[in-house]
Amino acid sequence: MADNEMKGKERYKSGVISYKKMGYWQPDYEPCATDVIAMFRLTAQDGVDPEEVAAGVAGESSTATWTVVWTDRLTACELYRAKCYRCDLVPNTGDGTDTEAQYFIYIAYDMDLFEGGSIANVTASIIGNVFGMKALKALRLEDMHFPVAYMKTFDGPATGIVVERERMDKFGRPLLGATTKPKLGLSGRNYGRVVYEALKGGLDFVKDDENINSQPFMHWRDRFLYCMEAVNKASAATGEIKGHYLNITAATMDEMIERAEFAKSLGSIIVMIDLVIGYTAIQTMAKWCRANDMILHLHRAGNSTYSRQKNHGMNFRVICKWMRMAGVDHIHAGTVVGKLEGDPLMIHGFYDVLRETHNPVNLPNGIFLEQDWASLNKVMPVASGGIHAGQMHQLLHHLGEDVVLQFGGGTIGHPDGIQAGAIANRVALEVMIQARNEGKDYLAEGPDILMKAAKTCSPLKAALTTWKDITFNYASTDTADFVPTATGSN
Amino acid sequence: MMTNYGNRMTQGQFSFLPDLTDEEISAQIKYALDNSWALNIEYTDDPHPRNTYWEMYGMPMFDMKDPAGVLMEINECRKTFPNHYIRVMASDATRGVESPKMSYIVNRPEKEPGYHLIREERDGRCQGYTIVPYSNDKPEGERY
Repeated sequence: MADNEMKGKERYKSGVISYKKMGYWQPDYEPCATDVIAMFRLTAQDGVDPEEVAAGVAGESSTATWTVVWTDRLTACELYRAKCYRCDLVPNTGDGTDTEAQYFIYIAYDMDLFEGGSIANVTASIIGNVFGMKALKALRLEDMHFPVAYMKTFDGPATGIVVERERMDKFGRPLLGATTKPKLGLSGRNYGRVVYEALKGGLDFVKDDENINSQPFMHWRDRFLYCMEAVNKASAATGEIKGHYLNITAATMDEMIERAEFAKSLGSIIVMIDLVIGYTAIQTMAKWCRANDMILHLHRAGNSTYSRQKNHGMNFRVICKWMRMAGVDHIHAGTVVGKLEGDPLMIHGFYDVLRETHNPVNLPNGIFLEQDWASLNKVMPVASGGIHAGQMHQLLHHLGEDVVLQFGGGTIGHPDGIQAGAIANRVALEVMIQARNEGKDYLAEGPDILMKAAKTCSPLKAALTTWKDITFNYASTDTADFVPTATGSN
Repeated sequence: MMTNYGNRMTQGQFSFLPDLTDEEISAQIKYALDNSWALNIEYTDDPHPRNTYWEMYGMPMFDMKDPAGVLMEINECRKTFPNHYIRVMASDATRGVESPKMSYIVNRPEKEPGYHLIREERDGRCQGYTIVPYSNDKPEGERY
């Protein structure tokens, strides 16, 4: 119990007392097995006690309002009150550094504060109104832990990595995809041409982009019809199961369900949604996909508006966690080497959240809280944006084999055409998997392995020549706060 | 004759590479054994993409620890079914996986005629698609 927490009659006298005094700051509290934990990065206003602001975050995300209310006493309020139990200065912030003081604050919530199986309800509390509190300058949700009992109220992915592989009969290598480009302007017929060429060349999937819905240049039904012609023709040309992520994102739920039903009637194995449709719409589509044997691909459109800056918003690892609970089968989670934001350690952390059955604390990778996934299926991460065949060794090294590698420009931009681009990617992938399995140091020898394979594969040779020097080396904004400790040094 | 890259059916992990030599196959077997995965050999003359259950050439080799032993089985299977598709699969019994982790082709018919795409006209502009291997006109065992 905190020294300054008030109790009994004194505590409930009408008026305003500090959040700490109201009981939302309890440094001695030990979280129990039924607690949901949220961990935030807090920047307090100048001169304000960070513990008091932290208590305010706990209060406003659970039971508190700005003033004392007697109606608390009609409830088991000590249980329902969220408790901030840790407030640690973030390394390399505060006095003597260039960054103003930030604090990692840990808050425990009894799981009965949340409706089972509802991401909307969790988010309404945790990222509801606390981010706008005047007493804080900035706030970022860094990580969450959910008790197994609460986790079990979610279905999770209906398909996930294991079943997707079984259904597609593809094992032991990353899946290959591409996003149709240009993403806007193609007619249905021209669009399907790109899909057919890429799939026949050797990709497993082609994908609609996030903003292709039903514009004047291409009605959604046209796109679906031509894409399924392309998918089936390519399947017959190769003997493999192929797919195209048909984006069913639309203005209303009814419209989305109509598009999903049409995709199903055409025999598509996968549909796609954008993150911007919102948590309830995502969960609705996950339920629909579970009932209709459909893989659900989620494009994380919009996430960087709140996940990229380090001091305010929320970390993408929390989005990964919520989306696994919500039940998407695919989610874009970064490439490390491509054109979009992504520090290697942070991306490893996202992938662990999506693919492991249990996440131990791993501070260098940004995993602040342990998580048991309670048998929820694993989500297939998707790496997309500015990657090409010449990086295959790095991609395999950083991302492993349970991932969809999406080469959009890296397929369609190939000098000898889309099929040649797809062939280059597939040959590069297979030769790298072979080398890895043979025990070669494929990361160091990667360029040589690719050059050797290119001797008998002219499409790969052309790809390596075209993109040989293309890298995206910019500093990341979302980086680790803790550096890995060298083992054996102490 | 198929017109895709390699003019061949491209299921499995390594169909875009030149046919694996016995030495290369052994290296892949060793990788599976090093991961404690059980290997098994399957064959078929129906290469339909959704033909999941190829015939098992014996039981999975749960207790086989020597790549040479697995390769011997592969060669026995090749001798018995020289014109069938033969694949090697590796199964991982780890909790959270419990599914195949590898699948690669080690034998295929000399000529691969490919697949017929049959279109069925439906309402509106919809079409139903059926894929049939050309060789499936003949009964099982007489196709290649």
